[in-house]
Amino acid sequence: MGTADVEAVWRIESARIVAALARFTGDFGLAEDAAQEAVAEALVSWPADPPANPAGWLMTTARRRAIDTIRRRAALQDRYVRLAAEPGIEVAVDDYDLDPDRIDDDVLALMFVSCHPVLSPEARVALTLRVVGGLSSEEIARAFLVPVPTVQARITRAKKTIAAAGVPFELPPAAERRERLGGVLSVLYVIFTEGSTATSGDRLLRPDVAYEAIRLARTLAALQADEPEVHGLLALCELTAARFPARTGPDGSPILLADQDRRRWDFSAIRRGLTALTRASTRGLGPYGLQAAIAAAHASAPSVEATDWDRIVLLYEALGRVAPSPVVELNRAVAVAMATGPEQGLAIVDELVAADRLPGSHLLPAVRGELLARLGRHPEARAELELAARLCANQRERSVLLDKAAAL
Amino acid sequence: MPKYMLIMRGTDESNAAMMANIEEMMATSRQFIEDMFKAGVLLAAEGLDDPGQSVVVDFGGDAPVVTDGPYGETKELFGGYFMVDVASKQEAVEWARRVPAAPGAKVEVRRVAGDDETPQDTQDSVAERRA
Repeated sequence: MGTADVEAVWRIESARIVAALARFTGDFGLAEDAAQEAVAEALVSWPADPPANPAGWLMTTARRRAIDTIRRRAALQDRYVRLAAEPGIEVAVDDYDLDPDRIDDDVLALMFVSCHPVLSPEARVALTLRVVGGLSSEEIARAFLVPVPTVQARITRAKKTIAAAGVPFELPPAAERRERLGGVLSVLYVIFTEGSTATSGDRLLRPDVAYEAIRLARTLAALQADEPEVHGLLALCELTAARFPARTGPDGSPILLADQDRRRWDFSAIRRGLTALTRASTRGLGPYGLQAAIAAAHASAPSVEATDWDRIVLLYEALGRVAPSPVVELNRAVAVAMATGPEQGLAIVDELVAADRLPGSHLLPAVRGELLARLGRHPEARAELELAARLCANQRERSVLLDKAAAL
Repeated sequence: MPKYMLIMRGTDESNAAMMANIEEMMATSRQFIEDMFKAGVLLAAEGLDDPGQSVVVDFGGDAPVVTDGPYGETKELFGGYFMVDVASKQEAVEWARRVPAAPGAKVEVRRVAGDDETPQDTQDSVAERRA
């Protein structure tokens, strides 16, 4: 067995192992450390001596490391004495693994703790990918284009913060559940958007990063099936990812929605997205559900011309009321331009400019330039597109903007 | 991301062994499906009905010939599949190791053909794969 085989088993088992140990020890950091020790040992011993039951091996080893740590700390710290003194300590963890319902709650608790509001947004992302997604620090660093030591430092600090703030390893109380779930959803969405529109670097799409978010959203949807917005987020991710195969050309340059070969969309992903959207609609759509409904309107249209832009305008209006943001307004402007005409769209964009609602963003001049071009106001359009290119951090998007300006 | 089909290939012996323990087999299969579902990797799963009921359309001659029953010579028969959306081939194999299967059965791991890789690759990663 090689490194990739060890990593594959770890991907499948990590959440359950860390969750089980965290519940048992009540110490999230200790659980994560013990689990990491087990993987490190597997990387050394499996190539020469592959276990018959790799998943069981990891769990047993992680449990032993956790118990070692508890016994070692018991000598130094009171709070571990009781745990270490329990005669059935090893048996207790064994019995524990067998209860599938409990494991589900524990994996869910793991997601809530990893996305806890006491943590910085970067730490939430890193911790979620590490403990729930089972990614290594190297993989997370690659995903977010940061150095490996930065990721390691974020995770170490996050574990210390959780301990310092006394965050218990449990599901949030009912009264806080909805709000905390919103926090988890936003972490998953941040991961997804990093993959679907890389904020920097020379690639527009990083499907492997987006895939991690989709996978975590599927897990969350399985464990919190009664929460419509979880399905809304899953639908949004599936429907957006369905367009990935058509979104870039052979050289990696972005292809805009209007020019995409819709035959290359992933129709099984669209079907999964539409199914999730149905589940999201049971009590009226929330912000993620509304965005998914917009993505669904595109996914079901044979062409840009045949798209139901009136419906999309309505959905953006609704989204702007439940989750107001200048980016939503800008998207509404684009939809209005398609439904009614570029002049009406431009009026909304100009309001955003006047109120200085999106300072420093390349999106505003990019859309403004596009609409001006459609109105035949070429010199102004060119200036806006060039401004957008200067503000844009993604090299692929930047060259598209410059090409467009040059073509006017 | 790569999709793989885990293809169940049973023999007469493994099918008989499965039928002898059908209750236990179904409970294990349900748990397996649930595990994959909760891991966020399961896209689809189907089991095929009795091969004795199948019909084969043979394109060996000038015109397709339709005959009842499975291929006469085949030792292992396609009995069902799981479609998984995973991070690597190794992960697909790891799930395949966990498929509840009776002794004698085989699980084949096949990648689903797709164009999910090349379009967004940079020149570097394309070169890396060629190397």
